[in-house]
Amino acid sequence: MNQTVLYETHLKLGARMVPFAGYAMPVQYTSPLAEHAAVRQAAGLFDIDHMGQFIVEGPEALEFLQYTTTSDVAELDVWQAAYSLLCYADGGTVDDIFIYRLPEHYFVVVNASNRQKDLRWLDAHLPGFDAVVTDVSDETYMLALQGPEAEAILQTICDGDLSTVPYHTGTRRKVAGVDALIGSTGYTGEYGFELYFDAAQAPTVWQAILDAGEPHGIMPVGLAARDSLRFEPCMPLYGHELSESISPLEAGLGFAVRTDKGDFVGRDALLKQRLEGPPRRLACLEMIDPGVPREHYEVHVDGQTGFVTTGMFAPSANIYAAMALIPRSTYELGKEVEVDIRGKPKKAKIVKRPFYIPAYRR
Amino acid sequence: MGEWKTPDDCKYTRTDEWIRVEGDEAVIGITDYAQDQLSDLVYVDLDDSEIGASIARGSAFAEVESVKATSEVAAPASGEVIAVNEQLSDTPETINEDPYGEGWLVRIRLSDPSELSDLMDAAAYEAYCAGRE
Repeated sequence: MNQTVLYETHLKLGARMVPFAGYAMPVQYTSPLAEHAAVRQAAGLFDIDHMGQFIVEGPEALEFLQYTTTSDVAELDVWQAAYSLLCYADGGTVDDIFIYRLPEHYFVVVNASNRQKDLRWLDAHLPGFDAVVTDVSDETYMLALQGPEAEAILQTICDGDLSTVPYHTGTRRKVAGVDALIGSTGYTGEYGFELYFDAAQAPTVWQAILDAGEPHGIMPVGLAARDSLRFEPCMPLYGHELSESISPLEAGLGFAVRTDKGDFVGRDALLKQRLEGPPRRLACLEMIDPGVPREHYEVHVDGQTGFVTTGMFAPSANIYAAMALIPRSTYELGKEVEVDIRGKPKKAKIVKRPFYIPAYRR
Repeated sequence: MGEWKTPDDCKYTRTDEWIRVEGDEAVIGITDYAQDQLSDLVYVDLDDSEIGASIARGSAFAEVESVKATSEVAAPASGEVIAVNEQLSDTPETINEDPYGEGWLVRIRLSDPSELSDLMDAAAYEAYCAGRE
């Protein structure tokens, strides 16, 4: 089991540690619901160092990324960042990623559990491109600071004006005296930042943010609340809404699948799905009968069967809710479906996505 | 972690339920240790424990669901359900806040009080919890 540099720090804060993607990570410090509320109302600090980072560089770095990802990387201005995906030739998903275009190279952030798989997959497509992929995950630390108070907190320990950093861009600043790449990005539906810096500096940066955040009501946040925070705005999590057998179009991520940009791995299959309609569709379900619809539970709709990809009590929406993959032909807003909760059929209805509108879309 | 309330007037099971005997009746709930392990409770299913229902020692009569997990609640003793804590359907967090008081699950009329003799007392249960840390 790997430990992040902050392992002992988490224990001192009273965290419960669980294995996640090969790392011992905090699942909660105090209470998942309290941590969730802190991010929605004030701010939360997340250790997400288990996530992977690659540098892609070389004369044909852009061409390589255009060929291996689904989004149009050529549209990125310097410092801009965008959501993208790696797909197999059949349209199934290798991983979902974030790409930063930095002045000297591309910086790619990948899911912890997929780091080795992504690296192998990218390496397999490198021949023919004058480009280099380097895994910098071990020396790069990653923290997320999220919530309406995130900017005010970070500003107190960061040089330069943060309010001039547009949404989904990167900037290089000193945070608590440490050189950092700051992205105005996140995975909670709130405004906030993700920070990348030298791993040895993690205790300094972590403590400086918690200290600066104290008057603002900051809390350290574990994986349990991270999941409910990303679930409510319906952000996908690889292994749940996306997988080798679930395409980005089925998961409702068509905005990041640019079949018009030229050839890329998976394009033919995805274009066919786009034209014919993907076989399944991710539906947002709100329970009518109370109960917690958990992952893999069957969903019965028009005599056909789908399954829950993520389900839980959604704390900010105050409903029991699920994302579920159902046959596309059965999808209709408002339709009643049945979720099989451990043998008990419970009524739910298909509702509009998302359960919680992100702060940056209001 | 490590400090859980274990009131002396309750008896305890190895599956972390408590029972408090009051005459020929008894109140049942889940322990402070159980609620702490489960973390925030978000749903309590007492559908199978209507008033008048019989519950048998060791069998599940309720389910409690936390943010993280689903857990069955087994009856520490057999009896007939005479009251159900209906408040929990709206405020499952009451169990986190007051597991031995407002967070009670059901009240039963005991059918065989001798069943209680092999449950743990507070000291034994406290040691049992400490041993699992």
